[in-house]
Amino acid sequence: MTALLSVPALARPARPMKLASTERVLASGLRVMVVRRPSVPMVEIRLRMPFLSARSRHLAKAALLSDSILTGTANLDRAGIAMALQELGGDISIGLDADRLLLSGSGLSSRLPDLLGLLADVVTSASYNSSEVSGERERLVERITIMRSQPGVIANEALAARMAPGHPYGTSLPQIDDVVASTAAQLRKLHAELVRPHDAVLVIVGDLSASKALDQAERALSGWTGTASAGSVPALPEVEALPLLVVNRPGSVQTSLRFGGDALPRSDERYPALQLANLAFGGYFSSRWVENIREDKGFTYSPRSSIDHAQLGSSVSLSADVATEVTAPALLETMYELGRMATLPITDTELESVRQYAIGTLALSTSTQAGLASTLSTLLGSGMDVEWLASHPARLAEVTAEQVADVSAEFLAPQRLVGVAVGDAEAIVDPLSRLTAVDVA
Amino acid sequence: MPSKARTAVLPSLSFELVHHTLSNGLRVVIAPDRRSPVVGIAVYYDVGFRSEPEGRTGFAHLFEHLMFQGSVNLEKLEHFRYVQSSGGMFNGSTHLDYTNYFESLPAHAFERGLFLEADRMRSPRITEENMANQISVVKEEIRVNVLNRPYGGFPWLVLPPVLYDTFPNAHNGYGGFEDLSNATVDDAAAFFNSFYAPANAVLSVAGDIDPDSAIELIERHFGGIKRRKKPLRPDFAEPPLVSERRDSVTDALAPMPAVALGYRVPDPGADLHVYLSTVLLAEILSDGDASRLQRGLVQSKRLVTDINAYLGTFGDPLEERDPTRLNITAHYPDLGSTEAVITAVDEELARLANDGTEPGEVERVRTKLVATVFRELDQVLNRSLEFAKFELLFGDAGLITELPRLLADITDADIRAAAAALRPDNRAVVELIPGGAR
Repeated sequence: MTALLSVPALARPARPMKLASTERVLASGLRVMVVRRPSVPMVEIRLRMPFLSARSRHLAKAALLSDSILTGTANLDRAGIAMALQELGGDISIGLDADRLLLSGSGLSSRLPDLLGLLADVVTSASYNSSEVSGERERLVERITIMRSQPGVIANEALAARMAPGHPYGTSLPQIDDVVASTAAQLRKLHAELVRPHDAVLVIVGDLSASKALDQAERALSGWTGTASAGSVPALPEVEALPLLVVNRPGSVQTSLRFGGDALPRSDERYPALQLANLAFGGYFSSRWVENIREDKGFTYSPRSSIDHAQLGSSVSLSADVATEVTAPALLETMYELGRMATLPITDTELESVRQYAIGTLALSTSTQAGLASTLSTLLGSGMDVEWLASHPARLAEVTAEQVADVSAEFLAPQRLVGVAVGDAEAIVDPLSRLTAVDVA
Repeated sequence: MPSKARTAVLPSLSFELVHHTLSNGLRVVIAPDRRSPVVGIAVYYDVGFRSEPEGRTGFAHLFEHLMFQGSVNLEKLEHFRYVQSSGGMFNGSTHLDYTNYFESLPAHAFERGLFLEADRMRSPRITEENMANQISVVKEEIRVNVLNRPYGGFPWLVLPPVLYDTFPNAHNGYGGFEDLSNATVDDAAAFFNSFYAPANAVLSVAGDIDPDSAIELIERHFGGIKRRKKPLRPDFAEPPLVSERRDSVTDALAPMPAVALGYRVPDPGADLHVYLSTVLLAEILSDGDASRLQRGLVQSKRLVTDINAYLGTFGDPLEERDPTRLNITAHYPDLGSTEAVITAVDEELARLANDGTEPGEVERVRTKLVATVFRELDQVLNRSLEFAKFELLFGDAGLITELPRLLADITDADIRAAAAALRPDNRAVVELIPGGAR
């Protein structure tokens, strides 16, 4: 028998890296932030534009716009854009959610002016050629069909509708009929309305000179002007207490469980406590929920809870795909762990663990050019500042167990969450009904 | 021949690499970089699901799970807790030819990370209870990724049994449920003894560390692990195909058909230049809107919703030894168009083989590929992963930084030859028949 060895103590932590950012607001209103990070000879760009709208069929048009925006400009056809990107070792991808359209790009740092030139070409003169749009329309319909065959997508759609009925946030995938009805002319109109610099943010991170990069961005994007007109959007409704919704998927070998509730935005002074409460419950591997339903019971592979931030409100969401036959036992354990969070304090060991995890992983997530660019874009896009990054570890350091208990009681109580279960109704409705009120879709 | 001027356009990337070998045979690669206070630690064992025994499909992956269940000095759950309460992240993964374990940590947790990896290399703590628990977890992993999901395991689980004839190459690496249920603690002990010897592993550390003190710490924690024999790796080669092989699978959950073409390709270990020509060819075929298959089958003919060409089981072209494969997969709305899709792929390959590339095509695709490598290596953890992988598979951690130079040697003639080798009689075709509602 080997004598037991002890786990080495941690060394003294390094001082966090200082982040030197430079920014300029262009005449058009576009806010440009640049950070020099010469770790590899590359640059990352993130152009974020508000895209939230309550207009009819907006989501379908926005989805088709994001699939078509790189299919041609006044100067380049579709292959021409793609070749130009390859030549500069680059890529541009399009991300869309209810709040924003995000153009994410990368390329060799020596080619930053060309990358910015391409970006400017796309935002000022995307052509939405009707033949390209019709091809993308067919593909989008096919892709939505494939997505809707996935249990996780079905569950997320059902949960969004349960949390924000009638609100743009309540729809996560466009309806196929709405996509079919979207025309190239409508995309050009939507582009003219919302692809505008006034409230947009451009972040550039990489192996660059900050002042030169700002000048290059200003020069490349000088022809892009205007203010977006999105119309008004209703306030986000509070999540209402409702029975667990079962969506029938006959023969399903697993049940996709999803729960959601209201949460606090990053700007709230109680947010650091809620961030830590979520981690302790199910937000990292060493959490109560994961240790219980995975490492003890073996009900599931990857249970996880998270806090998601949207422009109009934040939410907590829980996700676990469990074997059909243990659906009700998994719900029972989930309610038990939520109830424990909501009624009893977490231990000091748990608090220190989630605190160190939150501080450490924040540093890890901003240690690459791409990670830093994405983090900054998200922060600036939600009205936070770069200062938030530097000061957040100090806020996390001050959170007490009492503060965690307070926010847990308010936001992690089972009564505050709504849930959906996508699975074989015949097998799961009866056992679930013994634990909670159930609606069958 | 590529001109010097052309290759000079691409920046190069170099890293200080320090090599060390312990007396128990553990190979160590250290890549110091003091600019960011984080470290990456990766341990690669030279065993993957190609080496698991018959009757124990999925065992290499199950064993990866068991390596997290505690070790000589650590109770169950402690490994996760020590990494995460130090502000770090962990994971592991099982591939055809290796299994890896890794952490990304703040630099002040470096020694702790070494301890955690050394402790399970010394001996994992595998009990009946943990075994039963992780068999359940792995079954749920297979359900969520394969059985309960449309296109689950397509094509990585359906191509090998058609493309290959021997158990190591052809079997299901996720494992059958019966084999998983039959796995025992004794199986685990035997597997550990055979394959998890220090001499069968590479440890790579990257980031904010001083090489000399890193070597001292590594000696302290890993040096006491007993030397065991490095297992002989069998030759997994199979004779070339003599004709095209075809099969179909029905996917009850899928709403649309799909097809996968798997081609035998040259041995990366035997002639890297020829193999890298195939890597570049895959990019020419399907990377981005300017690529051959995107332009031909998606944009011009509108035959498919999407199409993808890539090497290896999981899309990393340099993570497998011989035999490995090139995959082309496509999804399309109409089951009747399968033959038209295959014919269109053959036409694009024939065009490349006969007419060669367009002016500038090889250069721009190469530039993109090199930039992708740079971007990958920006992350400290990825450096430790890549250096360990290249050391294990190619005996040369620094090979990844040589890729820009090696890719610069690839000519139009090489691409034509690589395209010409993708003949129908050198491939397996698996059609996915949809059974799901539309």
